[in-house]
Amino acid sequence: MADTSNADAFVEFERVQKSYDGENLVVKDLNLFMPKGEFLTMLGPSGSGKTTCLMMLAGFETATHGDIRLDGQSINNIPPHKRGIGMVFQNYALFPHMTVAENLSFPLEVRKMGKSEREEKVKRALDMVQMGAFGGRRPAQMSGGQQQRVALARALVFEPELVLMDEPLGALDKQLRETLQFEITNLAHDLGITVVYVTHDQTEALTMSDRVAVFDDGRIQQLAPPDKLYEEPENSFVAQFIGENNTLEGVVKEIKGDSCLVQLDGGELIDAKPVNVTAAGDRTRVSIRPERVEYNKDRLSPDAHTLKAEVLEFIYMGDIFRTRLRVAGTDEFVIKTRNAPDVERLKPGQQIEIGWLPEDCRALDS
Amino acid sequence: MTDTAEHSGPMMAADGTPLKTSLNRALRRQKLRALMLIAPLLIFVLVTFIAPIADMLFRSIENQIVSDTLPRTTAELADWDGDSGELPGPAIFESLYKDIFIAQERKLHTRLGSRLNYELTGVSSLFRKSGRRVDDMGEVYQDQFEDLNSFWKKGENWNALLGSDSWMTAQSSWNEDSGSAQPAFEIRAELSALLPETAATYAIFADFVQNEDEDNLLSEDPWAIVYSALYEDLSAGADVSGYSGPGATELQEAAALAADFEVVDFTAAFEDIDEDWHNIEVWQTIQTYSPEFTSGYFLNAVDMKKGLDGAEMRPENEQLYIKLFIRTFIMSMAITCSCILLGYPVAWILANLPARTANLLMILVLLPFWTSLLVRTSAWKVMLQQQGVINDTLVWLGVVADDSRLALINNQTGTIIAMTHILLPFMILPLYSVMKTIPPTYLRAAKSLGATNWTAFWRVYFPQSVPGIGAGSILVFILAIGYYITPELVGGTTGTFISNRIAYHISSSLNWGLAAALGAILLAVVLGLYWAYDRIVGIDNVKLGG
Repeated sequence: MADTSNADAFVEFERVQKSYDGENLVVKDLNLFMPKGEFLTMLGPSGSGKTTCLMMLAGFETATHGDIRLDGQSINNIPPHKRGIGMVFQNYALFPHMTVAENLSFPLEVRKMGKSEREEKVKRALDMVQMGAFGGRRPAQMSGGQQQRVALARALVFEPELVLMDEPLGALDKQLRETLQFEITNLAHDLGITVVYVTHDQTEALTMSDRVAVFDDGRIQQLAPPDKLYEEPENSFVAQFIGENNTLEGVVKEIKGDSCLVQLDGGELIDAKPVNVTAAGDRTRVSIRPERVEYNKDRLSPDAHTLKAEVLEFIYMGDIFRTRLRVAGTDEFVIKTRNAPDVERLKPGQQIEIGWLPEDCRALDS
Repeated sequence: MTDTAEHSGPMMAADGTPLKTSLNRALRRQKLRALMLIAPLLIFVLVTFIAPIADMLFRSIENQIVSDTLPRTTAELADWDGDSGELPGPAIFESLYKDIFIAQERKLHTRLGSRLNYELTGVSSLFRKSGRRVDDMGEVYQDQFEDLNSFWKKGENWNALLGSDSWMTAQSSWNEDSGSAQPAFEIRAELSALLPETAATYAIFADFVQNEDEDNLLSEDPWAIVYSALYEDLSAGADVSGYSGPGATELQEAAALAADFEVVDFTAAFEDIDEDWHNIEVWQTIQTYSPEFTSGYFLNAVDMKKGLDGAEMRPENEQLYIKLFIRTFIMSMAITCSCILLGYPVAWILANLPARTANLLMILVLLPFWTSLLVRTSAWKVMLQQQGVINDTLVWLGVVADDSRLALINNQTGTIIAMTHILLPFMILPLYSVMKTIPPTYLRAAKSLGATNWTAFWRVYFPQSVPGIGAGSILVFILAIGYYITPELVGGTTGTFISNRIAYHISSSLNWGLAAALGAILLAVVLGLYWAYDRIVGIDNVKLGG
């Protein structure tokens, strides 16, 4: 699963399990290897175990079983304050009774750093997040975005090699979130730090990360770079969870190398790429991204299988058109087309035929 | 269209009235309704609580009783030099005679005696004794007038002489049983000018008979001091030869012979009653407390007294209140501190446990609230006494020997133990509600930044819980400083508070002025502490929750 070898791993989870009540496993057999300098995002629905993993790495939860290693050293028995891991929290967790400068100075003080050195580092860290003028403010006197910038600076000021971020942008509005996503990524790459980022926002995960680990049910469902994750989901959970997705259910009729024929439950035949179906007769769920569906016959290969569709709804969204269709018994089939001069705007009630390239349609587990 | 950008002056509402007026009008109804809602409670508190307290506090400076009871004496004493070491002159003794005479008729002299007894021991009995004997003093003149002419024996003759003709007519036709009011006595204007002292004294007598005794003035014989007043007027050379009204003959006869009357020496007469009247200290005390308002109670409340050269400390063996105040403060602080020490960990546990368990434990914390204060205090009596549960256990464990059992009650230890227990919930509750609002992420954040458990607690958690400590401390301290029942029951002599002393003066010694002064000082000190707290910690930092 991991495409990084064990040897240069900076953060390692090896067969880690976690249970809170002794009956249910919140984290089931987690194996993860991260090289130094990587920006890895743990993405998943709530209750999927991603935050627990982060807390185990930070030292606030202990693993029930397995080994967590940092830079080759097992940290299972090292208390959080000795791990030297920076952390950014969702609610910022800036100490309300201290000024911004005092907040940043705190990790340096507990490391018994001299006053002048402290001041210099605090100033540099604040400048880094464009908050140089706010040193004397209290957290309550700043906006959410400013607070999160300060929290980021505080997590970085003592120069940790690993920084954990627990849904740091969850409480911010969309525009601010996008600006900060960009800033955090840049900062992480400029400083060369390793980042483990937890979020349930898939856009955030895709735009920021080097690799994304999709969590569900206490397991990593897929660990891959964003493009691979989006275009080549390995199972139907990932396909559903990441981005918008159309699914059709059916049975594999035959597999021919890179391509297979799937008979949908309504009897229609379509081409798909076998991903985790192994033999003819397997039930499958095929997944097609809305933007990969084609209804202009000229662009489809002549021998491609097509499906009849009825336009139910046409939504103008500015840069794209979103069209809902009735296809093979489902009313929820969505296609997206770019707003371009040569693109036909479909009308509700219109009968069309749709098709796709076989490699865009992935036959996954059912 | 109007250009609002060019509009200067106050903003206008749509109908042209200034926006402020318009807004105020809109808000007035709302404010009025709010006021109506709180009005019943406000009136209740004002009438039953604030007003009595204000009245009580006023008593700490009020001192009208001296000048009200001894008006002539205090007026004349104003010119007397108390430092000279000489007794006041005979005129003052004569005034004293009249004042005490009237006061004893009105039965006010013992009250004044009690009042002055707070300042100088022995005055109370002096006044009581003088009240009993002052009657005899004036009889010397009464007898002489009566011997001169039996005319002076009869009250009706006096009324005819001194009352105005119109009043006499009205009074004579007044029927006692008719239920209508007795016609108020009116002095004969002519005699009022000729015999001012007699007229004034008789007027007092008439007023007393008519309004306080509610007797028919016609059937009452005058007081002895009326005779002394008449003698005083006549011997001062009043010219009554021009008077021709009723009793003119008798009056002129008396005027002619008055010069030969035996003179009463009031100075000697008072010495005869009690030689304390020749003690200069008594006179100094009366003079010092003549003004209508006095700082005496307050000086007394801080172990001082009014001396000849202003305020001075009382002798060492009479000092009591400063020591009591200091003890009250130190013990209240000790109670507050032990409440913090015991309450903080409990509040922390409560705030960090799951809600179910926390609620159960909270009931245990609140349990004392549902038990009577007296029951709890009595329980401590059982626990703490020498033959009590705690001592028995310690002896059984061999920690203390049987013959050296610990004295845990009827001293400061007992008060501190029992009051800490009683006031503990007042510390835990605000602490708990403040701690509840401190998210656990702060501690995590501190630890992730490299702080040890202790540093994280001390630098990050503790400062945020200070508002709770502040609120709890203010609550506990202010409650403790005014606590009464518990120190009374378990405090013995060394563990009582100033409040016990205030209660003593209210209910036993009846020195309400001193009690009010002590209470006022206590109130001022608490307000002062509150102010200091506001300056140092900031009252915004006090949270009772949320």
